[in-house]
Amino acid sequence: MELTAFELLSALFILVLAAFVGYEVVSKVPTMLHTPLMSGANAVHGVIVVGAMLVASTAHGPIAIVLALVAVILGTINVVGGFVVTDRMLEMFKGRGGGRG
Amino acid sequence: MSTLEILTFLVWLVASVTFIFALKFLASPKTARTGNLLGAAGMALIVLWTFFTHDATSPEADPGMFGNWWIIIVGGAIGAVIGWFSAKRVAMTAMPQMVAIFNGAGGGAAALVAVVEFLRDQELHPGELLPLAFIIATLLGAIIGSVSLTGSIVAWGKLQGVIASRPVRYPGSQIVTGLLFLVLIGLAVYVAVIEPSTPLFLLFVVLALILGVQLTMPIGGADMPVVISLLNAYTGIAVAATGFVLSNYALLIAGTLVGASGTILTQLMTRAMNRSLVNVLFAGFGTGGEAAAAGEGEEQLREISAEDAAVLMAYGKRVVIVPGYGMAVAQAQGPVRELMDLLISKGVDVQFAIHPVAGRMPGHMNVLLAEANVPYDRLKEMDEINDDFADTDVALVIGANDVVNPLAREEGSPISGMPILNVDQAQNVIVLKRGRGTGFAGIPNPLFSNEKTAMLFGDAKPSVENLVAGVKQA
Repeated sequence: MELTAFELLSALFILVLAAFVGYEVVSKVPTMLHTPLMSGANAVHGVIVVGAMLVASTAHGPIAIVLALVAVILGTINVVGGFVVTDRMLEMFKGRGGGRG
Repeated sequence: MSTLEILTFLVWLVASVTFIFALKFLASPKTARTGNLLGAAGMALIVLWTFFTHDATSPEADPGMFGNWWIIIVGGAIGAVIGWFSAKRVAMTAMPQMVAIFNGAGGGAAALVAVVEFLRDQELHPGELLPLAFIIATLLGAIIGSVSLTGSIVAWGKLQGVIASRPVRYPGSQIVTGLLFLVLIGLAVYVAVIEPSTPLFLLFVVLALILGVQLTMPIGGADMPVVISLLNAYTGIAVAATGFVLSNYALLIAGTLVGASGTILTQLMTRAMNRSLVNVLFAGFGTGGEAAAAGEGEEQLREISAEDAAVLMAYGKRVVIVPGYGMAVAQAQGPVRELMDLLISKGVDVQFAIHPVAGRMPGHMNVLLAEANVPYDRLKEMDEINDDFADTDVALVIGANDVVNPLAREEGSPISGMPILNVDQAQNVIVLKRGRGTGFAGIPNPLFSNEKTAMLFGDAKPSVENLVAGVKQA
């Protein structure tokens, strides 16, 4: 796991640019969608399940295996629950709004 | 770089772009759902890709028949079932708690990934110090993920009513927090530059778990939405840190994206309450003392019957409905829609005034009213409608309290300076309220004793149904 200066700097670039994207994207979301936004962002960090899969694939010994298993379970709860609950919220907003009523 | 590695990078890129769209499409209700589905598709892509190629991305994988695949299959199945069913079954009113729990799960996963990664490094190179950047990222992932896990559990408990929602403090609790921080920093430095001791690393994680509880308990239930939003950002940062440790750019990008967006959202929420984040985290808003000191004076409240209130509205020109958490708990959004339809059919102009922090999450009221098919062009944000209250015949306040409390305009109250809806400027105010108690923040509300105000006590749902019946006859 020797890390070159180039790789380190690349990661730093990605970090800073992604932070700006996050800032820009959220600034344009109206208040009424802030709850789905929180929930949607919550689903996105469920990508940690990929990290859990990666460490699970190389886990040796009972302790590491149990911890990795729990990590995969928690990560999957985050990602599946996150997207489903956000979809349920957004379902209610769909296709309405135009000057009805 | 092998072809497979190149493809893996491209998959990460595609997934990252779908995550950005998932958030970006939330700019409009029309595209929001598509965005979310797109994000889910990107997530499915990266998960499946990792699953089927993980031998390539992790050369040390156990070469047995299935390697460690069973962990992923079993864990994934259990997690998917739990996540799916809890998300499908949860009531819309319990949404904030649900998000807190899912967030805690993500934080816990991030912390565990950091722990397993540390254990593996120690197994491969016992006693060898990790490169500084790696150990810092590992420690960050472990501490932030752990705080997010236990903090989210406390937030869930407070909203669910399992834990006292008032700020819980004990003498010297801030000293304990300070000491925890110092010990954590000491342990981190030791593990990073002196000796990568596994027991000390595990102690670090346990203390971080305690820190999460210690930081969240002193915060009142009314502030939990801000806390959930902040913990959401924390989990994002923890995920970004583990992404760095695993050299996985998709985790790095998604985590940073959420870390940044969660921070901004938290800021928007505290700004809507005219408070700073520091104030939310450490001020113990709505502590018992203030409430007891101010809340005892019995005030004269004028009561009104549902029939009279209905007549008042049916013959008004303009009615503004102000929903609050009371509408959510009572699940009164359906009857409220009915009331709106009836009034409109009688030629009344009906609008909804939505305070940015009405309910327990920003946009909570919008979600509930949308569920009941209230067209969202009738929902007005505070700035949009605040000047119109003077021309309003009836302001109907349904289970809202602190967001319409005129005390916020004066000095010396815990909510001083919080922007409020100018409900007291309406010609008549009808307040639907469950009981005579003070609101979530435990502060008395002079609006209720205002001479223009009439109170209709009772659970919001039957009260609104009575109003509906009254308007029908009017």
